[in-house]
Amino acid sequence: MKELKLMKGNEALAEAVIRSGCDAYFGYPITPQSEVLEYLSAEANKRTGMIVLQAESEVASINMVYGAAGTGKLAMTSSSSPGISLMQEGISYIACAELPCLIVNVMRGGPGLGTIQPSQGDYFQAVKGGGHGDYKMIVLAPSTVQEMVDYVRLSFELAFKWKNPVMLLADGALGQMMEKVEFFEQQPRKTKVEPWATVGKPKDRERNIITSLHIQPDKMEEINLHLQKKYKAIEEEEIRFEAINCEDADIILTAFGLVARICQKAAQLAKEKGIKVGVFRPQTLFPFPYEALSKLSSSPKLKGILDVEMNAGQMVEDVRLAVNGKTRVEFHGRMGGVVPSPEEVLAKIEEKFVGELV
Amino acid sequence: MNEKTMLEESTLDAAANEEVICCPENVVYEKPDTLTDTPMHYCPGCGHGVAHKLIAEVIDELGIQSQTVGVAPVGCAVFAYNYLNIDMQEAAHGRASAVATGIKRVLPEKFVFSYQGDGDLAAIGTAETIHTCNRGENILIVFINNGIYGMTGGQMAPTTLPGMKSTTSPYGRDVETMGNPLKITDIVATLPGVYYATRCAVNTPNNVRKAKKAITKSFEYQKLNKGLCFVEIVSNCPSNWKMTPSQANKWLEENMLPYYPLGELKVPNDKEK
Repeated sequence: MKELKLMKGNEALAEAVIRSGCDAYFGYPITPQSEVLEYLSAEANKRTGMIVLQAESEVASINMVYGAAGTGKLAMTSSSSPGISLMQEGISYIACAELPCLIVNVMRGGPGLGTIQPSQGDYFQAVKGGGHGDYKMIVLAPSTVQEMVDYVRLSFELAFKWKNPVMLLADGALGQMMEKVEFFEQQPRKTKVEPWATVGKPKDRERNIITSLHIQPDKMEEINLHLQKKYKAIEEEEIRFEAINCEDADIILTAFGLVARICQKAAQLAKEKGIKVGVFRPQTLFPFPYEALSKLSSSPKLKGILDVEMNAGQMVEDVRLAVNGKTRVEFHGRMGGVVPSPEEVLAKIEEKFVGELV
Repeated sequence: MNEKTMLEESTLDAAANEEVICCPENVVYEKPDTLTDTPMHYCPGCGHGVAHKLIAEVIDELGIQSQTVGVAPVGCAVFAYNYLNIDMQEAAHGRASAVATGIKRVLPEKFVFSYQGDGDLAAIGTAETIHTCNRGENILIVFINNGIYGMTGGQMAPTTLPGMKSTTSPYGRDVETMGNPLKITDIVATLPGVYYATRCAVNTPNNVRKAKKAITKSFEYQKLNKGLCFVEIVSNCPSNWKMTPSQANKWLEENMLPYYPLGELKVPNDKEK
């Protein structure tokens, strides 16, 4: 029988962390995701022996993650936008040293101290770098509390598969809202010792060194080329997206996370008015589903795409790259913690594509 | 006997002597297994080489090579992992003690140490240092204090002495505008999480022996899960101090040590031992 629970997004995520067999969480409180640290502090160690440590800062947390990840353990942190900014240094080091870990960002409105209300303002930071140097994280964008749960386990799998940091990018609303969720069974803690891990050097192997320092330019370029090759392979294997009623749509709404659900409601409202609206939702923001969206944008019936986000227009740049001029791309964004309503999205469809719709 | 014959004879003697003297029974010192054969990149007279060797010797003597994970710093000793034959992680500037915390928390039975310079530990990493010490992580922090930024070319450090010249204090450190040198070991010694804090140097054979003893003690305490051990090593930087190695050691004795007096700042009380 299915075990269904009604849970808050952040707590459901934390429960999934414990059930994933996670070894260590290092974090620092920040609204709207402090429940992750709170839930883990209460539950994790007593249930699985998992380490939970409140660090003195986000800078320290991400570096603790670096240390623990270097031993081949399942290590993670979570934070919200300003905290993630502080972690960028560590994330760049982790990406270069090729360590697996999970970083959860429950976004709030910015820039600066901003607001504690939901936003999607960290898309660029998550997908286009954020820290220094040429690196990529795998970025997963849940749109339901259920996906907050499911993506935790997936994140650890992908992190170890690719030896790369994975970011679970949610917004404050997903962290705070309650929904019914189904959990997977408790996974055992990992016992396998990774051959690259720094766990103490036995006599019969060379020392393992985890570093992001390669002072010779040719060696550093070699590392960069290796990383780029890995990112290319990730682009080929790990794209995930959802396309709802996009095949014969008049208008396609592109959105990620919570906004994609608002867009689905808007599509229903549009249907009542006789407008066929599809919703295209990338579940992985890196790698971005360029090809799938490109294909959809060639449909002769399509009048255009409306990209909706809770920011000033960030993912829309990738949407435009995918569409490459094949159809019109419009943008509608709300910022500062304002969540767009389905009616507002429908009104935008009508406004932007006035006269072209049935 | 002409000169040539004498020379030949003495060479023969030397060869014969070598055979007699260089035998396993007479070995008094060998390079520790924990030290690799990689030639070190440090400048002549620099204290890093000696400090590395001490750590390697202690690890060998305690037989913990396979159970030790080190954290390398930024700065001149950034390549510490090239010389120490153990598993190591390289940390971002100032973050070594946080990285060491992450390692130790998931591998509590292993020996973990960080190796950090003054810019690393006492400037950008002050928060990580204080809080790691305050939590009493069961690790060893080795703090190399040479009063200057070595790798970046001799800029002022938090530990630069009053009046001491550096590239960013070219007229000498003015404490009115640049602040006072930070005695970080004195600060951490006040924290309950710190079990053992000491200040050593490696400028004389006697001081080298004492420093080694401090490192040995620290690893022994770590085995007993006693809390954090903090070993400051007052060192030199002949290149950036613009001195010969012997001048640097003399200067260290006359200027650094009065400001950073050697000795144990916090020792476990007898009952605890």
